[in-house]
Amino acid sequence: MNDAQTITVQVVGIEQVTPLIKHFKLAPVAGGSLPVFSGGSHIIVVMQRTDRVHKNPYSLLSSPSQLDAYEIGVRRMEESRGGSHFMHDAVKVGSRLEIAHPVNLFALDKIARKHVLIAGGIGITPFLAQLEDLHDGSVPYELHYSVRSAEHAAFLERLRRREGDKIHMYYDDAGLTIPYQELLAAQPLGTHVYVCGPAGMIKHVIGTAQTWGWPDSHIHWEQFSAPPVGDAFEVFLARSKVSVHVPPDQSLLESIEAAGVEVPYLCRGGVCGFCHTKVLELDGELVHNDHFLSEAEKAKGKSIMPCVSRAQGKRLVLDL
Amino acid sequence: MNTVFKNETFRDDFTYRNTPQAIQRFPLPFPEDSYMYSVNIEPHLPGPRGSVTEFAFDVDEHYVAECRERAIVLATEPLRYQALPHMLSSQWDCLELIMDSLARDYPAHFSLSKQGNRWHWVNRPLQIDQQFTFGDTSTLPRQPLDYITRQAQGDFVVMDQREGDLWTEAGMVTTQADWSLDFDVGMTFKEWHGPVPLAHELQVFDRALKFLLNLRLGQPVRRLNWTMTVNPRLDTSPENYPHWGTDRASVTPQNAGDRVHLRVELQGLWRLPRSNAIVFGIRCYLISLRELSTVPKWARRVHRVLKELHPALVDYKGLTRYRDAAVAWLAPFDDGSPTTPGTAPE
Ligand code: FES
Repeated sequence: MNDAQTITVQVVGIEQVTPLIKHFKLAPVAGGSLPVFSGGSHIIVVMQRTDRVHKNPYSLLSSPSQLDAYEIGVRRMEESRGGSHFMHDAVKVGSRLEIAHPVNLFALDKIARKHVLIAGGIGITPFLAQLEDLHDGSVPYELHYSVRSAEHAAFLERLRRREGDKIHMYYDDAGLTIPYQELLAAQPLGTHVYVCGPAGMIKHVIGTAQTWGWPDSHIHWEQFSAPPVGDAFEVFLARSKVSVHVPPDQSLLESIEAAGVEVPYLCRGGVCGFCHTKVLELDGELVHNDHFLSEAEKAKGKSIMPCVSRAQGKRLVLDL
Repeated sequence: MNTVFKNETFRDDFTYRNTPQAIQRFPLPFPEDSYMYSVNIEPHLPGPRGSVTEFAFDVDEHYVAECRERAIVLATEPLRYQALPHMLSSQWDCLELIMDSLARDYPAHFSLSKQGNRWHWVNRPLQIDQQFTFGDTSTLPRQPLDYITRQAQGDFVVMDQREGDLWTEAGMVTTQADWSLDFDVGMTFKEWHGPVPLAHELQVFDRALKFLLNLRLGQPVRRLNWTMTVNPRLDTSPENYPHWGTDRASVTPQNAGDRVHLRVELQGLWRLPRSNAIVFGIRCYLISLRELSTVPKWARRVHRVLKELHPALVDYKGLTRYRDAAVAWLAPFDDGSPTTPGTAPE
C-alpha cells in the first residue's frame, strides 16, 4: 500500500560529520518542494541493493520549513543488517533513493508548559527539527545531549549557533553524564520530557521519570528498534500459498516482501501496529520485539508484527 | 464542470431539492439490503468521474446555499466556530489543504496563486478576492480556519494528537446531525464517539483510534455515516432541538416521502503537515424519500434497511418516532425483487 506513494529523491550532499555518522541531503528528483512536515517526523528510506531491499526509518533533522531538500543522519551500526552500511558505503552524491511521506510518531506536545529534550548520540536528529518549532520562544525548553567524546558530537556547531546556552553537553570520556535525577526531580508542572538515544538511556529516563511521579503521557521516547538478528526460519503464507525463508540478518517483513507479498506498514519499527499479522499455525515460539502488542496478546501467540518480530522453531503459518 | 449553484433554503420554507443529476450521484451508504454499524474506513482516493469522491472536497450544486446557511447560523451563534490557541498552526494547515484542493480541482470556480508567503485567493461563486500572507493571521479578515470553512461545504473538526489520543480542539460546526462543537471542545476521541450503541462491544473505536493515530500525510481516509432528518434541515444541533425536535411528530405515512430525508455524511480525515493534527471533514448530503424513490433499486434497498434496522440503532439515530411511517411510504416501491450488489443506481 505504501510503495505507490514514495517520492524519488536524489542525494545532493553527503558529509561525514563524526567518525560514525554521515549527513545526507535528499532533494526531489521531480524538482519543486517536498511535503511539509512537523518536527520529530521520520521517513522510510528504500534502499535497492542488488540482492535485497532495505527500508529503514530515519528522523528528519532539517528545518520543517526547508522543503527543497530533506536531511537525515545515518549512523553506521556495528551489527547492521546492511541498511546503514549501504547508506555509508554504496550511496554517493547523485544516487537515487525512494522515500515515503514523513510520519510523526515523536511530536512535541502542544500544550506542554516546558520541554526537556534528552539526546544520546544519533538520537539528536529528531530534536534538530523540533528545535526549529521551539524557536518562537513561547515555551521554555532545554536540551541535554550526551556523546562518547567531542569527535562524536554530531551537529554540535549547528546547535550551538542556534541554541546558545539552551544546550547542555555531556562527554562520556570526560566522565560527564546527564544528571537524570536532578533533571527530572525538579521540573515545573506541565513539563514534558523527550528522549531519543540508546535503549539503555531511554529505559533509564522513563524509569527515573516514573519514580518521580511523572505521568506517562508526559514522557516521550523514540527508538526505532532495528529488527534484531536471529535464527533463520521458514514461514508459510497461507493465502498467497508460498513458503518463505527468513535468513538471520533479514527481517520477517523484508523476507515476505522479497517473496512478492505486500504487507501494510508504517514505522517498520514495531510501534505503529500497521503490519499486524495473524498467526494461523505455530510449532515453536514467537520472538516478539515490538512495542505494539500487549503482553497478553504476545503471550497468546495469535499475532505477530513482522517488521521487528521473528519466530523460532519448526513451523509458522501466517494469514497473508 | 459547469455546476449551476442553486438558490435554496435549509430552514423556514425548506426549498432545498436535488436535481436529477444530483440524485444520480447521491452517496448511498448501503451496499447491501441490511445495515450494521461498522467503521468501514477506506483510503480517500479519487472516485469515478462525477462522483462525490472524485475530488478531495466535493463542491456541488448546493455550495452557495450551504455557505449562506452557515453564515446565518454563525450570525446568531458565533461559538459554532471555535479554536483553542495552540491550534493555530493546524488552522493554517486546513486553509492550505482546502485552498490547494479547490483551486486544483475546480479551476473554473477557484484560483490560488502563491509567491512565497504572499497568497492570492479567488472564490468566484462567493465573489471573494483576497490577498494575504500565509502564516500571518492579521492579514485575513478572520482566523484562518474560520475564514476558509465559511467557504466550504460541511463541518470541520480539528483534532490535536497527544497522549495517545485525539482531542477535538478546533472546528466549524453548523450542519451537524445532533451534536455540536460547543458540546465537544476538549473531548477525546472516545468521549466524542462514546455513545454509539453496539460500537463499544465491537471494539470498533479502539481500532479506529489506533488507526487514526497513525494516519499518514498524503494518505487521507474516508467513511460514510448516515442518519435521517425530517425536512432538509442542515442545522440539527442539540442547542436547537426545540426548533426541530417537534418536526419528528409531524411525519405521517402520507407525507413521509417529502418530509423524511436520508442524511449521509461523507467523512474525510487528513493528517495535517505542520501541526501533526488531524482534520475531520463531515460533509452532509440530504435526499428526500421521494427523490430516492426515483431510483427503483435504492427505494427497495432503503425500505429493507429501515425495516430490519436493529432497535438500538433506530433509537440511537433518533428514528423511533417516524421509522414506521418512512417504511410504510417506501413499501409500495418494494416488490420483493432482488437488488444488485453495491450502491450504483442500477
Ligand atoms: S510497521 Fe509499524 S509495527 Fe510493524
